[in-house]
Amino acid sequence: MGVNKLKIAILSGKGGTGKTLVSVNLAAVCNDSTYIDCDVEEPNGHIFFKPVIEDKSDIKVLIPVCDDAKCTGCRACVEFCNFNALAHVNGSLMIFEDICHSCGGCKLVCPENAITEKEKTIGKIEIGKSNETNVISGIMNTGEESGVPIIDELLNRDFIDTYNYFIDCPPGSSCTVMESIKDADYCILVTEPTVMGLHDFKMVYELVSLFKKPHSVILNKCTIEYNPAKQFCLDENINILMEIPYDSELALLNSQGKIVARESRKFNEMFSILLETVLKEVHK
Amino acid sequence: MKKLLILSGKGGTGKTTVSSSFIKLSQTEAYADCDVDAPNLHLMVDIPSESTTKSFYGLPKANIDTQKCTDCGQCMEHCRFNAIKNNDGYTVDFYACEGCGVCEYVCPTEAISMQKATAGNLILYRDNTVFSTAKLNMGFGNSGMLVAEVKNQLDDEAPDAEFAVIDGSPGIGCPVIASISGVDMVLVVTEPSLSGISDMSRVIDTAEGFMVDCAVCINKYDINLENTEKIEEICRNRNIPMTGRIPFDNMVVGAVNNRISITDINCPAGNAIKDVYHSTMKIFKTETGEIE
Repeated sequence: MGVNKLKIAILSGKGGTGKTLVSVNLAAVCNDSTYIDCDVEEPNGHIFFKPVIEDKSDIKVLIPVCDDAKCTGCRACVEFCNFNALAHVNGSLMIFEDICHSCGGCKLVCPENAITEKEKTIGKIEIGKSNETNVISGIMNTGEESGVPIIDELLNRDFIDTYNYFIDCPPGSSCTVMESIKDADYCILVTEPTVMGLHDFKMVYELVSLFKKPHSVILNKCTIEYNPAKQFCLDENINILMEIPYDSELALLNSQGKIVARESRKFNEMFSILLETVLKEVHK
Repeated sequence: MKKLLILSGKGGTGKTTVSSSFIKLSQTEAYADCDVDAPNLHLMVDIPSESTTKSFYGLPKANIDTQKCTDCGQCMEHCRFNAIKNNDGYTVDFYACEGCGVCEYVCPTEAISMQKATAGNLILYRDNTVFSTAKLNMGFGNSGMLVAEVKNQLDDEAPDAEFAVIDGSPGIGCPVIASISGVDMVLVVTEPSLSGISDMSRVIDTAEGFMVDCAVCINKYDINLENTEKIEEICRNRNIPMTGRIPFDNMVVGAVNNRISITDINCPAGNAIKDVYHSTMKIFKTETGEIE
């Protein structure tokens, strides 16, 4: 993605705090926007947007193939492979495709040139449109170990030319999340009022701080009870964009896969105000 | 040791709340948290008194000795992970490096060496119970390897335990696959949202792909009754047993935040989890051959 674009990543650490709710609804109320679902293991954005798919592409990685006629059983590849994806058993090379990281090392080290590579599909990217919003989803095939190549592709290819991008990140704070926020201009952290929400929020807070990403917080599912996450933000001086109260109407619409900002004036106003607040923060 | 793994696909459906309740109700001596990216079980159980922490080394990371580097660019050309950058000299992006060793192999001047990197911590809590858990460092991969260590530690430290509860991670990727291997059954905790249904189906596909049987329970079932019935129908059609419905209950957040087990409170969610526990264990014992 080039210049003159604004990329906002939405992350949470803990799952189920409302990342997708926030990303989908912000993208829906924003003009000239694209929603990108980087939670490729469990992509949910398309359930809400129900986009008309305009383009689709398979994501492929390279995995080794061994020519048994050329293989002398020297095991150089087996020893080289740090992922334990190769074993030499009963005179032939066994390749465990699911744990292969596609580094290409085995092919390089083979003295007999017995190893070549073939493509293997690990998932797909779907590009579509829902009303005026562009929707790009990465979907990993079940049984695959890593969605990183799909996320790479999602973020590095110029699919659609809009100004605003909303990136829905995976849960956690591991390599996939880092990949998702790497090029973001701004990060929104969504959390919930539980000790678990706070624990995982602290991890992503550390992550965005490490990468020096400007960031703010949305406190979701707030009740009148004590909110440990809010207390933490106040103590640490972290900017709170909005407190979204727990609302059974919102929960029901959301569970039905509906975009709340498109269904009700109340929620449309709420997310429009949120968007305005976010954009003000971004341009500070 | 027979193992019950609790998964959900989607995050935030109540995996850890259900896991901690099962630990309490079964009075098991062995349990583990395999959500190494974002472990939470330690916030929800009475942690055994003694703890030890071991560094977990994932795969090594490449390091370039600038003295020996002749700027030939071979490493960058061969790296499939875009982990080598060239800004006035070649450097390794520590987080992008997956530790394959290709750069070290192709470097003509031996300027690259693979160096040990701490990818996280393996933690053991024990007294008369054993709690195996871990925390992956921020931005690291290799979570499947750490999950395997968590499970090995559980086996090693509690060799006589008959039953263990394992709290899994969200998603369907590497840590989930590593947590599935060797367990006797998976309980999927889902919620009646279209997202919950989609994610449940994907995690069941994953578990069944590894030949492990599943059962399903629905948390916050009353948020959307229509979807609850849809889940039950999907499970009926797939021949997956249902082990109950847990209602949305305001008491849960308060209990969680005060470290009180929801099953110790007389409330609708706590009572429902007890029923879920009994039906799950009945199926589990049949599956594992304890009941004919």
